[in-house]
Amino acid sequence: MTATSSTFSKTAKHCLLPLALCHIEAGFPSPADDHMESLLDLNEHVIKHPSATYFVRASGYSMTGAGIFNGDLMIVDRSLEPDHGKVVIAEVDGQLTVKRLSKLKDRFELHSENPNYPPIELQEGNEVVIWGVVTHVLHSLL
Amino acid sequence: MKIFALVDCNNFYASCERVFDPSLKKRPIVILSNNDGCIIARSNEAKALGIPMGAPFFQQKAIIKKHNVAVFSSNYQLYGDMSQRIMDTLRLHAPDMEVYSIDEAFLRLDPLQPRDLYEYCKTIRAKVLQWTGVPVSIGIGPTKVLAKVANHVAKKQTGVFDIRSQQAQDEILKVMDVDKIWGIARRWSERLNQMGINKASELRDASPTIIRKHLSVIGERILRELKGQSCIDLESIRPRKTIISSKSFGNLLTKKRPIEEALANYAVRACEKLREQNSRAQAVHVFIQTNGFRETDRQYNNGLTWTLTTPTSDTRLIIQAAKVCLSKIYKEGYRYKKVGIMLTDLIPTSLEQKQLFIDFNHHASDYLMNIMDKVNKDHGPDTLFLGTQGLTREWKMRCVLRSQRYTTQWGELLTVS
Repeated sequence: MTATSSTFSKTAKHCLLPLALCHIEAGFPSPADDHMESLLDLNEHVIKHPSATYFVRASGYSMTGAGIFNGDLMIVDRSLEPDHGKVVIAEVDGQLTVKRLSKLKDRFELHSENPNYPPIELQEGNEVVIWGVVTHVLHSLL
Repeated sequence: MKIFALVDCNNFYASCERVFDPSLKKRPIVILSNNDGCIIARSNEAKALGIPMGAPFFQQKAIIKKHNVAVFSSNYQLYGDMSQRIMDTLRLHAPDMEVYSIDEAFLRLDPLQPRDLYEYCKTIRAKVLQWTGVPVSIGIGPTKVLAKVANHVAKKQTGVFDIRSQQAQDEILKVMDVDKIWGIARRWSERLNQMGINKASELRDASPTIIRKHLSVIGERILRELKGQSCIDLESIRPRKTIISSKSFGNLLTKKRPIEEALANYAVRACEKLREQNSRAQAVHVFIQTNGFRETDRQYNNGLTWTLTTPTSDTRLIIQAAKVCLSKIYKEGYRYKKVGIMLTDLIPTSLEQKQLFIDFNHHASDYLMNIMDKVNKDHGPDTLFLGTQGLTREWKMRCVLRSQRYTTQWGELLTVS
């Protein structure tokens, strides 16, 4: 008899993976049962602020150096401060783009991570808003 | 003393659209009702163009084209999810909260005792904007009615307004028309105008006895709230005890068959929600409505509640009950606009009692429903559906101009290069 197996929670929203699996002989409780912990939830691991977190699809190749490839799923947290060096979704003149934020002494730059794409230097006239900070990338290997 | 804040999203639907398409920031936006019939929401720019609320879309086509106005069908999946995010963000800052509508919430701030209330509200406002991209306005007052008044002012000013001082109340109520007060409907404001009461301050200073005689105890309560005496508290947070699914049809329907199909589909949605919160329903309520705005049409509205012998979350059983209700209330010869289903007396699956004489195997039902939910979640809504939901769906809403459901559908996520 299997004490528990990997289960989908009833809402089917989260795939929960058990931390420990044990087989129980009838009549003999497993000593491991006392050490059973709660199930691991991948959402919990990658989403720290659920109401501020959005899934965004990457397109193109300008960020391959940062491990973001065409079609990858980015997890974006809007509640985080866009510090120097963070990969961000930025809004430049009404268009959204994913780039690495570089805070220099007197200005900001948005860098691509592919030598074929030049950095976007932000001028006085540019309207720039940081939309959110990319915290993780989900890249399928299939 | 109690302190209330009313948080109201600025042009909520238009703001949601702008979060995911910032190029819309400079364009006027209008949102259309179910079926793309009327304009139900406008950005400030669209308001400034003089496009009226509730106007039929086709009448505004010329001005929309001329000013390059962006037009959207209602995207309720997106607005609903963004609303949830906003409410969750607010709850972190003020746990005593009443969600008043999709884009408004009352907060009780007195239990928190922030050092500087005005600054605290500015922080809340900034947080919601950062986390969700939606701008909100916050009105602070000693009563809910006054907080609502303060919110009107906040919208026109810097986003936060505190009306707790007598001086602020005097200044604003003096110039505010009575029909702008929360809870004063048009019929009441007309009655008040006949009585010579035109401004909010005049209602505040009127005799409570006379107001009660004309506008019932509710009118008197509004008067007292304008005086700063809190009579209406936050509605206690109720756990979801009912689930409603209902929409207007694309076209008015007369025959029973397509109405039944639509009902079955709403029942499917309602049951999905029911299972999502791990509950079972003990009663099913069905209602139908004709279009009250078509004065030339004969009108008929009716509803019926059916009590289930065993609490259930099985779509098939609930559709069965819903169809029985519909057949009892449906009458020929009317042009119906809307059908809906409400699941009530919900109980958590963990609490249900074993019925002595009724043998109903929940396991088989739960197993089947689980599979349906999973398939439809993974492969898109209605991959697996019941025959009674119909194949043609002539009742379906028009929504050709809907934006992507950015936060609720894997296939429609925001794409960024």
